[in-house]
Amino acid sequence: MSEKFEPRIVGFCCKYCAYAAADLAGSMRLSYPSNIKIIQVPCTGRIDVIHVLRALEEGADGVMIAGCLEGECHFLEGNLKARSRIDRIKHLLKKIGMDPDRVEMFNLSSAMGPRFAEIASQMTEQIQALGPTPIPRSCTPASETAA
Amino acid sequence: MIIARKKPVEEIITEIDPYDRILILGCNECVTVCEAGGKKEVEILASALTLHYQARGKAKTFGKATLERQCDREYLEEIRGRIHNYDAVLSLACGVGVQFAAETYTATPLLPGVDTVCLGANEERGLWTERCQACGSCVLARTGGICPVSRCAKRVMNGPCGGSANGKCELGPDTDCAWQLIIDRLKALGRLEDYEQVAPIKDWSTDRAGGPRTITREDIQL
Repeated sequence: MSEKFEPRIVGFCCKYCAYAAADLAGSMRLSYPSNIKIIQVPCTGRIDVIHVLRALEEGADGVMIAGCLEGECHFLEGNLKARSRIDRIKHLLKKIGMDPDRVEMFNLSSAMGPRFAEIASQMTEQIQALGPTPIPRSCTPASETAA
Repeated sequence: MIIARKKPVEEIITEIDPYDRILILGCNECVTVCEAGGKKEVEILASALTLHYQARGKAKTFGKATLERQCDREYLEEIRGRIHNYDAVLSLACGVGVQFAAETYTATPLLPGVDTVCLGANEERGLWTERCQACGSCVLARTGGICPVSRCAKRVMNGPCGGSANGKCELGPDTDCAWQLIIDRLKALGRLEDYEQVAPIKDWSTDRAGGPRTITREDIQL
């Protein structure tokens, strides 16, 4: 019997909300899938198209971006900028023949520990349904080896 | 500044498909400022194309380089030592850069990664508007600093034409009537007498109509 596919998901989490919410989920002893490898960012507005593409390029099965509730960004509108960038990334993924559902953005506050556990499960299930990334895991970016 | 627009990625994929090793060549000047072909766009495009081909199990190599300018030979020389590693170059420079690179490296196919659109100004983030058509004989002194060549659809030199209504061009409500702008500006400057003077027939031989142009500056030629 084949092993259950355990996705590798990169989670870009805003320091002021999702990262703190993940911390809270831990303190609350909530159980959630461990598939998401969290990278703390000062604000989701810091995340550029290239960060998400690079994660996929290096073999992530999915990329999750979690920022503050809309209207509650510590930097006023970083999360709104992130939202529009994520929309553009999804559009680009579609054009290059990758499933746009491999990238998803969520909004939550630092007090929402249970919500973090919920989105972690939701994202993991979403990527499990899509299956492993078509990008070979062992690959180093070919672009780096050329010149 | 020269304004360019990214080509749709599907079109780029079709262009590069026959080649296995492709150098994506950005330019640090105009196309960087209008966010169509600078270092950042090179990175994103290389990553997107890598994903596209790896997902299909095809091994293609994407090299990356961004030159200070592609419209100067000295900067193009910077890739001479590595261009033999590639089957094609996808240049994200304007049409000038693509052609100059193609002239410099005749053995390598040069493909354009952007569409060069116009000479324009940056109105706001992500919005550029045409301001100059490089007609080769500037009339802005007489027209209050507003160009009837680039901003009037008909390029009329003694406007406005009959299509102007309420300050807008007959093209549509998004296009200002250049001559309305000129009159308003001259009025504000107290120089409406400039408007009263009938402009002589414009010599279009300095424009593209006179064929490809060459600019010779003997004073700076050594």
